[in-house]
Amino acid sequence: MQAAGLTKQVESQGRPLVILREVDLRVDAGESVAILGASGSGKSTLLGLLAGLDHPSAGKVWIDGTDLFALNEDGRAALRARMIGFVFQAFHLLPALTALENVMLPLELAGALEARQRARAVMERVGLGGRTGHYPAQLSGGEQQRVAIARAFASHPKLLLADEPTGNLDSGTGARIIDLLFELNREQGTTLLLVTHDGELASRCSRRLKLAAGVLEDELAPQEEAGLNVRRRPPVAAADRAR
Amino acid sequence: MNAWRLSLRLLRREWRAGELRVLLLAVMVAVAGLTTVGFFTDRVRQALDRQAGQLLGADLVIASDHPLPPGYREAAAKFGLRLARTVSFPSMALYGERTRLAEVKAVSPGYPLRGRLQVSDGPAAPERDAAGIPQPGTVWLERRLLDQLALKVGDQLVLGNARLTVAAVLTREPDRSGNFFSIAPRLMMNWDDLARTGLIQPASRVHYRLLLAGPVRAGAAFRAWAQPRLGRGERLEGVEDARPEVRAALDRGQVYLGLAALVSAVLAGVAVALGARRFMQRHLDSCALMRCFGASQGLIFRLYLYQFLWLGLAASLLGSILGYLAQNVLAYWLAPLFAAGLPQPALSGLPRGVLAGMALLLSFSLPPLLRLSSVPTLRVLRRELGPPRRLGGASYVLGFAVVGGLLLWQAGDIRLGAYALAGLGGTMFLAAAAAWGLIRLLAYFRGGGAWFYGLANVSRRKWGSVVQIVGFALGVMALLLLTLVRGDLMESWRNTLPPDAPNRFVINVQPDQLAPLRRFFSLQRRPVPAFFPMVRGRLVAVNGRPVVAAGYADERARRLVEREFNLSWASRPRRDNQIVAGRWWGDSDRGRPLLSVEQGVARTLGIRLGDRLTYDVAGTRFTAKVANLRKVDWDSFQVNFFVVAAPGLLEGYPASYVTSFYLPPGKGALLNQMVEAFPNLTVIDVAAIMSQVRAVMDRVAGAMEFVFLFTLLAGLGVLYAAIVATRDERLYEAALLRTLGASRRQLFAGQLSEFAVIGLLAGLVAAAGASGAGYLLSTRVLNLPYVFNPWLWGLGVPAAGIGVTLAGLLGTRKILVRPPLETLRA
Repeated sequence: MQAAGLTKQVESQGRPLVILREVDLRVDAGESVAILGASGSGKSTLLGLLAGLDHPSAGKVWIDGTDLFALNEDGRAALRARMIGFVFQAFHLLPALTALENVMLPLELAGALEARQRARAVMERVGLGGRTGHYPAQLSGGEQQRVAIARAFASHPKLLLADEPTGNLDSGTGARIIDLLFELNREQGTTLLLVTHDGELASRCSRRLKLAAGVLEDELAPQEEAGLNVRRRPPVAAADRAR
Repeated sequence: MNAWRLSLRLLRREWRAGELRVLLLAVMVAVAGLTTVGFFTDRVRQALDRQAGQLLGADLVIASDHPLPPGYREAAAKFGLRLARTVSFPSMALYGERTRLAEVKAVSPGYPLRGRLQVSDGPAAPERDAAGIPQPGTVWLERRLLDQLALKVGDQLVLGNARLTVAAVLTREPDRSGNFFSIAPRLMMNWDDLARTGLIQPASRVHYRLLLAGPVRAGAAFRAWAQPRLGRGERLEGVEDARPEVRAALDRGQVYLGLAALVSAVLAGVAVALGARRFMQRHLDSCALMRCFGASQGLIFRLYLYQFLWLGLAASLLGSILGYLAQNVLAYWLAPLFAAGLPQPALSGLPRGVLAGMALLLSFSLPPLLRLSSVPTLRVLRRELGPPRRLGGASYVLGFAVVGGLLLWQAGDIRLGAYALAGLGGTMFLAAAAAWGLIRLLAYFRGGGAWFYGLANVSRRKWGSVVQIVGFALGVMALLLLTLVRGDLMESWRNTLPPDAPNRFVINVQPDQLAPLRRFFSLQRRPVPAFFPMVRGRLVAVNGRPVVAAGYADERARRLVEREFNLSWASRPRRDNQIVAGRWWGDSDRGRPLLSVEQGVARTLGIRLGDRLTYDVAGTRFTAKVANLRKVDWDSFQVNFFVVAAPGLLEGYPASYVTSFYLPPGKGALLNQMVEAFPNLTVIDVAAIMSQVRAVMDRVAGAMEFVFLFTLLAGLGVLYAAIVATRDERLYEAALLRTLGASRRQLFAGQLSEFAVIGLLAGLVAAAGASGAGYLLSTRVLNLPYVFNPWLWGLGVPAAGIGVTLAGLLGTRKILVRPPLETLRA
């Protein structure tokens, strides 16, 4: 995946506000890349653009050699269906569907055969084989995120985009989710791009980038990373870790 | 993947989650209401038509001035119709020294095909249904003739060459037709005795009638067959040609029934619109997610569209079946009202119901669905993004167009449909405008505390509040219309025929008898009735061009110009007449050649305002200008004239007077004394026809009660949909507020003030809307005097405020009891 000169600018109270400034990025197949940044640094905007969920003001994105914004809306959707899996901070499970049905949904939309069997297999893989019939509201946060991960991997995407996948979880649960994410990443040879402010999560990626005020900078120094970590971690979680 | 199959699977999941229940119920109630009304009005219409058929004594009549060729009878038998024949003519009846003119009617077995003959064994004996017709050799006489000839039951009278025995007093004859002013009392005899009287000679004035009855379709087929074959002097009369009084009552009855269907259709549309809007709001996330997973806009739209198609089909089918069952219950319950029972409904109502349900659901859900599929995918990352356009009125143009079409379809009457549409649009506009006004006003009501939080909510949730107020207002308006306005309308309808409406007409009053007759009424301590002058004249020319019967294609027009008109004069228009074109004359116009013409007869004869009509009265001619056109309520049973002249124009011509008065039951002696004192008077009894009109009114009123139950259900559905419209938002906010430390009391106060304000406002709009609708309905559609009902406001507004508040609190009680975390996590 490659991005060149990616810029996003919006009007805010009559004045232009630059959210992303000429971001260049290249992620090779099989690589895992973390983009770190504080709240409001433009992380989510960047992720949205890389997935073709939003239009850039300038710049281009290529995925597997395809110019994302040369496609129309439905073309981008089709490309996402073929190549990209998502994991969100807020899980985004549909409350009306059971865990299994949530995992099945992307497969069904893609017209995949044996959606149920494939979804069941991935559910087993993420350790939720016994909870397929549960509704999201009956699952803990960690379990919900595991369902979301199962949903993302069920269609064997080449690229997995994750938006703060541990942001809504306590550190212990978060750690197990990270383990799962990287295990599946290895098993399926998926390219992983995640945005986070969780240093621990970032540290497990092969490459780390920092986004500040809309500008993407290269690798972080380890201490800076640690400082960010301590500042951002909620007190309970910090105490947890100390124990 | 087959989108149809996937949509079914998704539908099953949505259903399980309870997302679609409100929509399904709304469509189901709507369709059930529509089809019940449709089926039932169809049956009632058939029954009413059949009832009106009693006024013809048949479904269809071929009338003629010569014996009808046998071809008609043969064809009628082939079409599967029953038939009977009658012949009527005036003739003198003799008994001893006395002779009296009688309107003789000879009837064949089977007569009447519709309705019943009633007789009694003597003037004082009770009425009973007659078994068949007079036996050969016997006659039945109207009471009046019995009195005039001083006859008793059992006596023999002479009619032509025949001697016939009086077997009974004829008290009711369903098809007693003809002009009130020219009929002698009835003498009914058997067809087989006709030849024996020797009365029918080639030149005699005889009316031949072939009566036909049978299944509606056979009747229509026969009509189509016979119409082009009618010869000179032959005409076909159907139910719609029956007495204008009863026809007018029937027409109004059908308007009422149509109205009930309209209100259900409107309410159903509103409930579906509210339900679909909520569905869209709750599926924004699912849609964004599905697009994120790579589903194209088209696929998403198709998936939801198919789901709605399945849903609509299921709901419409269920609703239609429910409607069919419900109308059976209704028919069973109301059957005693219809002596002949209710005919089976046309099953075409089922597909109609399904079609209406689908149209209703799709027209109101397509705009939200289209918008749903275009939700920005970025919403998965940024929650606050909604669909690109506002949920404005424009996207509902289609919905309104379809509901409008449905209205017109249901009403079967462009004007009524247009009024209903205008009423709906006006109320929605009024409600929306009032909501905006209030929201602006509320901005000045700043203060602290939970109460003000509720008020602030109303203005913060601008669109939600507007939608809710419109929904509540329509729901409450429907309820007001159903309860108060309906009562008013029915009341004023019945008031057009009060219990003391005139039931006797007296004709042939000579000018010198006016004063003695007035004195007679005073002496009898009865109110003195008004006497109307009457001059008989034939219309000979319009705008100088001679009038010939053959020049009119319309049968009624031909009959009108062949007959003499009853012309009258008056200086003031009657209260029950309404000038629809031109102006009534003033005092200074005395003696000027001006005429006022009833609009129906003007239409039939093609007479327009300003035309010059020439009449021939007893050999002298006069010409006068049409100064105005009048509308006459023929079901008021008042003396009315097709043509009225300005005073002074007709005074020189020989006139007689006519009056009508109310004769209370049991006061027959008064009538006898009057006829004794003024033997030349002819008294006509219209009590029987009046009771038929009253029966129609009562039946329609009874049918309304049930039909409105569905409308009521639809109205409650709208109220429910309006309450749940903002429930999710409320739940979420309440959870946040409780997390921030708001007490249950504070939350309650906030909800209470918000719902109370919305309810009161909706009540105001609804009262205004119901008043307006009542005014339009009574003056424009039903032609009844409008009576302002202060209860619409006095009761409607507080009831709406309290009702909406209670229902709102009940509908959102979860807000107070649900643990905040549950809401926030969901």
